[in-house]
Amino acid sequence: MELFRNPNIDFLGKKWYFIAFSLIFSVAGVCSMLFWHGIPLDIDFRGGTQVSVKFSHPPNIDAVTKTMDRIGYHNARVRNFGGPGSNDLLIDLPQELTSEQALDKGKEQIIAALQTSAPAGKLDLNNSSSLAIADFLLRNDPLHLGTDARQKYTSLAQQVTNYRDKTKGGVLASFDDLKGVVDPAVLNSLEEGFYLSDFGVYDVQIVGPQVGAQLRRQAVLATLYSLAGMLVYLAVRFEWIYGVAAVITVFHDTLITIGAFSLTNKPISLTVIAAILTLIGYSNNDTIVVFDRIRENLKLMRREKLSDIVNRSINQTLSRTILTAGLTFLTVLALYLFGGEVLHGFSFALVIGILIGTYSSIAIAAPILVAYQDWRLDRMNSGLAAQGAAGRNQTGSGRREKAKARA
Amino acid sequence: MTKGLGWKVILIIAVVLIFAYGIFGIPAGVSGGALADALLSSGTFRNGIHLGLDLKGGTHLILQVQVNDAINADSDTAVESLKDGLRKAKVNYTEIVKPDPVNHPEQIVIKGVGPESSSALRDVVSARLPQYDAASGANDTWTIAMKPTALAAMKDQAVTQAIETIRNRVDQLGVAEPVIEEHGLGQYQILVELPGIDDPARVKGIIQSTAVLDIRLLSEGPFSSQETALQAKGGHLNTDEMLMQGRNEADGSEAWYVVSRIPAVRGTDLRSAQPTQDENGRPAVGFNLTGDGGRKFYAFTSAHVGDRLAVVLDGRVQSSAVIKSAIHDSGIIQGRFTDQEVKDQSMVLRSGALPAGIKYLEERTVGPSLGTESIRAGIKAAIYGMVAVLVFMLIYYRAAGINADIALILNLIILLGFLGFSGATLTLPGIAGVILTVGMGVDSNVLIFERIREELRNGKTPPSAVEQGFSHAWVTIVDTHVTTIVSAIILFLFGTGPVKGFAVTLSFGLFANLFTAVFVSRVIFDWVLSRKRVGEALSI
Repeated sequence: MELFRNPNIDFLGKKWYFIAFSLIFSVAGVCSMLFWHGIPLDIDFRGGTQVSVKFSHPPNIDAVTKTMDRIGYHNARVRNFGGPGSNDLLIDLPQELTSEQALDKGKEQIIAALQTSAPAGKLDLNNSSSLAIADFLLRNDPLHLGTDARQKYTSLAQQVTNYRDKTKGGVLASFDDLKGVVDPAVLNSLEEGFYLSDFGVYDVQIVGPQVGAQLRRQAVLATLYSLAGMLVYLAVRFEWIYGVAAVITVFHDTLITIGAFSLTNKPISLTVIAAILTLIGYSNNDTIVVFDRIRENLKLMRREKLSDIVNRSINQTLSRTILTAGLTFLTVLALYLFGGEVLHGFSFALVIGILIGTYSSIAIAAPILVAYQDWRLDRMNSGLAAQGAAGRNQTGSGRREKAKARA
Repeated sequence: MTKGLGWKVILIIAVVLIFAYGIFGIPAGVSGGALADALLSSGTFRNGIHLGLDLKGGTHLILQVQVNDAINADSDTAVESLKDGLRKAKVNYTEIVKPDPVNHPEQIVIKGVGPESSSALRDVVSARLPQYDAASGANDTWTIAMKPTALAAMKDQAVTQAIETIRNRVDQLGVAEPVIEEHGLGQYQILVELPGIDDPARVKGIIQSTAVLDIRLLSEGPFSSQETALQAKGGHLNTDEMLMQGRNEADGSEAWYVVSRIPAVRGTDLRSAQPTQDENGRPAVGFNLTGDGGRKFYAFTSAHVGDRLAVVLDGRVQSSAVIKSAIHDSGIIQGRFTDQEVKDQSMVLRSGALPAGIKYLEERTVGPSLGTESIRAGIKAAIYGMVAVLVFMLIYYRAAGINADIALILNLIILLGFLGFSGATLTLPGIAGVILTVGMGVDSNVLIFERIREELRNGKTPPSAVEQGFSHAWVTIVDTHVTTIVSAIILFLFGTGPVKGFAVTLSFGLFANLFTAVFVSRVIFDWVLSRKRVGEALSI
């Protein structure tokens, strides 16, 4: 089976379309970053408090927002998480409400505010850790174990929390759920000491301002250094302009991808950064495959124009470009569609990134090479016209020959 | 040719077996169903590959050690020692202050020292404070500052000591595979990761609890039981004495001691402890006290030469020693210790109290249900994607597609096996690295196959087309892989946690890919070609 047999498309002739396309998307992204959504950062980089809550019934977002207002968190953002039909809410407190002195104050207050119908003296089983449950059982000793009770009660408490978190998804609706999970005596004791609220907090992220800033700086620096390393390697293996073209291409891809996050107002988290690093790898891979072919063809076809050689190289590698991009896109699309809420941002970045990365190695990287060559020839010619110096001509073309030979 | 192939095949099988062992350990059965089950159940991963907290659930804390606390404690002692020394050397001064304890806790300023006393002052500093430098300034002012090397060493030690303390305390929770390590370069931060623990408040309480260390006068003991101890005291204790349980140093069994009710030295008086040797060259535990503690200890030991003292940790007697002479601010604990015991003992002593305050910078709790859900969805999606790719390769490249599929599967086995061996943890960003690896694996195969097709179209015979295809594609593959590995290594060097995990899986995956996509695939081609008649077509 073959999809492409000797394609012959004039890619360079369409460069104005490409430039228009790239400009539209990058300018739209940049505008959104500057004037609309900004760069939406996730808690990892922004700092703050984020609490994921699962309710036993469809939650009322307005009521929860009002509750947050009542306890003084006016800037809290409450939103649905996990798509329609899910009982999950994400409550976000901004950085200003998170102090390093009492990092988990926000979390404690959110839980306390949501526990509206708490009977006095009872603990909330849905928001108790296995350690707290074990401590309670140890104090009350419903099985009359006496000695070495700690181990037994610790494992009992773990059974309860495991059942609550893994089987019931985080919230128990009634104590009857626990029948058959634990001994009736233990269940009785639990009912005496605990009550069940209508929600369970299952995921808490609290990031102080210092860490957020540090992570931001480190992620950006690490990426810049790795791009510099890439540039140096390509400059050594090819010519420096190849390295520059590859880095500009990757920059273009990253800009458009981050722009897509800004336009859709999806937050950028650490995992999204990993996805962006991945797409930098992909895009770069594509670009080098085309460059490699250009280098090979430069040796074979010394007399032809660079733009023809570049066009030819893109066409020769086209079937591999489309195949690889198509196959990786397939994998990433599967991840985007079936990978669940946690991987959503991550796979979104990859879906955009692979499309853009494939496009850019054809539409951005190769034209930069040709544009640079044209510009250099232009400058050489104008220099020739202005000075008419034969020596300069010689050194100029000599350099060009050398460059070709090196390639 | 067949003979050369044989060796290559053996090499490939050996490599695959080694890495498969890294994932599964020794398999229980060999039926296909059992192996597939093992691959998908998280039980197997527990033996081989460690999952990160984002996949498994647990508590994650980043805390900052306030290293300046430790420096302040040291310079406070230095100020005391300086006052004492200057008094003895009869050097006059107006005052001794620490000008900026918050930002420069290592600086001490002495005011009003006349020029005639400068050499005496220098002598006192070099004799008493070898870790400090003295420099004279304007208006008879001297600045005594800790040497930069000593300062850096002390800050590092504060972090190491805090890590040891936290590890000891966290062990009380009985967590499997806790991670407690320095985090971020030179930031004095500590990362604590506790899989399966869902109660950060409790963890923080345990970390900040101060283990109480004290030194008491030991009047009687050890006894095998409470009763024998009481009998030895004639049935009742003095009002200033108490019974305390502990360890019998002779055989390590439980024992009872009679000790003084009031400790001579408290945990807060202890500055540090380290392995050392006594005057006979036997291993012993050396300890240093703060200035205040030193004075108390001197008074205590000079009054009780010849008596015994008990070293008590968390209300239990750890060891006892005979006081041979009056001790100032440092001393050694002797006993029939081995080197290991001395190391442990000093660690326990050091871990008695956190050397410096800590501040929490980050706290995350990932519920176990979230972890399981995300890993299940992620694995399922990845498998769908992989299967689609494998099927497509078979349709598009026919027999050669088998080549590509084998190479891809081997690539995954080697990569996962490496994760199992190296003890690296697999996190979501790590999975990103795996995806990029698989993508580049597919790409290498496509590159090679497309090139072989191209050569065949140009009229080459199958063996020479394979030869040419591999050699042309090899150049490209090296360039793409080396560029990516270069950037991955840089990411590893400069990135933190998650970015690092990405870099590790990616770079190893790419090395594995060079082996599978180029070497293994070539061996399969050669084997296929060696079984064909000359001129027979290649299925690609």
